[in-house]
Amino acid sequence: MYTLTGLKLKNPTILAAGVLGTTGASLCRVAREGGAGAVVTKSIGPTPKTGHSNPSMVKLDCGFLNAMGLPNPSYPSFLQELEIAKKDSGVPVIASIFGGSPAEFKEVAEGLLPGKPDAFELNVSCPHAEGYGAAVGSNPCLVEAITAAVKDIVSVPVWVKLTPNVSDITCIGNAAESGGADAVVAINTLKGMAIDIESGYPILGNRSGGLSGKAVKPVAVKCVYDLYTALEIPVIGVGGVSSWQDAVEMMMAGAAAVQVGSAVYDRLDIFSEISTGIEAFLQRKGYSDVKELIGLSHEMV
Amino acid sequence: MLPLNATIVRINEDSPSVRTFFFDPQFETMKPGQFVMVWVRGVDEVPMGLSSKNSITVQKVGEATSKLFELKEGDSFGLRGPFGNGFSLPSKGEKTMVIAGGVGAAPLAPYAEAVRNAGSEVHTVLGARSAGDLIFEERFAEAGEVYVSTDDGSKGKKGFVTDVLSSLNLSVYDRIAVCGPEIMMASVFRLLEDRKVLEKSEFSLHRYFKCGIGVCGACCIDRSGLRVCKDGPVFSGVQLLDSELGKYMRDASGRRVKI
Repeated sequence: MYTLTGLKLKNPTILAAGVLGTTGASLCRVAREGGAGAVVTKSIGPTPKTGHSNPSMVKLDCGFLNAMGLPNPSYPSFLQELEIAKKDSGVPVIASIFGGSPAEFKEVAEGLLPGKPDAFELNVSCPHAEGYGAAVGSNPCLVEAITAAVKDIVSVPVWVKLTPNVSDITCIGNAAESGGADAVVAINTLKGMAIDIESGYPILGNRSGGLSGKAVKPVAVKCVYDLYTALEIPVIGVGGVSSWQDAVEMMMAGAAAVQVGSAVYDRLDIFSEISTGIEAFLQRKGYSDVKELIGLSHEMV
Repeated sequence: MLPLNATIVRINEDSPSVRTFFFDPQFETMKPGQFVMVWVRGVDEVPMGLSSKNSITVQKVGEATSKLFELKEGDSFGLRGPFGNGFSLPSKGEKTMVIAGGVGAAPLAPYAEAVRNAGSEVHTVLGARSAGDLIFEERFAEAGEVYVSTDDGSKGKKGFVTDVLSSLNLSVYDRIAVCGPEIMMASVFRLLEDRKVLEKSEFSLHRYFKCGIGVCGACCIDRSGLRVCKDGPVFSGVQLLDSELGKYMRDASGRRVKI
């Protein structure tokens, strides 16, 4: 067992928000068949949203480009899915939420409380939804106010997911910490775009979106490294993790746990594969606890 | 995979609301039942079952398909795929039943042809609203025997495919492949369950897709959590036991909508 912000995880791999998290059944499948130590839901907002028109996700040679547009059924409709995930997944379920203001975040968090999520993850980092996500998450004052507003009404841990699309991610991380965040999650996708040269049309329905997958891993490692230095609270690493080696690297940079998103494209049991790989690595290198890896690189000078 | 540029080489009018768009390139290795994501540039991208190695057969139902109907030979659209799992092919000497309703005939016509080419006998139950709405009757007839039903009785048996099935001995078939409107598939599902032949069946499901590549989770079905785009769209009847089939589906926002 592994403890993260008070949550008990059977391993340090977590399903990232926005991936296979729209239904309770799908979250259960990722936990049971996939082997995730915890799961984060699709980001849920105050009103139903259908998201951007398709194409909403394409695979590139170096990763994935997506612009879903925060599609979600809103908190009243999502409660039944959250309840299914809580009842049958057997792992901690973290509710990802978004809003355009501290009041909206508060409304959504309050609305999901009857579903008893084990923690909340505040999405202040989606790069392609007007008025939401990174639009609020690049303003430190707003991030602090939103974090404080949610902390004020919930008794479970609150994680804040950060955008890398800012000049200094530690400044936003500090704001989350000042607002009372129990952990930060880094990183969300990097702004990106692809164009169909046959027609000249941008490929994504939203014209541009966010880059995930292998290409963003070095960016994520650097962000996690910097946040580990700047903050007292745990940093959860996410961005391009698709093997146990990636997970170990992220932890050495300072991640207390890793989230996996796009890599479910290749296989659902990527979570089991990563946690088994980490265990074997610990044994081979003679570490007694996975916690010995966290931030290791900072000492290697 | 970025969208391929597909140029329309021919358009066939299959019924007043259904057209087949033949395109260049061809998907030589496609398995019947697999789908492609069809990108009508500037509008939307929608999933379509392949009706041959180089065609999609489309019913005009919404914005993207309406725009597609405005395209002419020589025009182009984007294509990604083929994606998902197709219908499983029989061994030589097996007997296969194909049950197709409306535009659900699209992925089943190449399947019936592949079944015949594999040396398996194929019988088709083909249903539609009326005679003019029957899709690919000739292709199915070329592959084997065809039983027709129409809602209005303008051709074949008056009624639904289940009315034809009720008078057939289904235990002689080794495989049963089904595609059509969800209400029809749910009725067929119940009938196959009653006849105790569900374990021989496969159904092709239709759900709202966003990513189309198994990552976002918009098309997951209850209670298995299986993804229609990646684990499907063809599922065995057994996989669909205790599922949402015929009861509800989720819309683009993820809300459950009754069927």
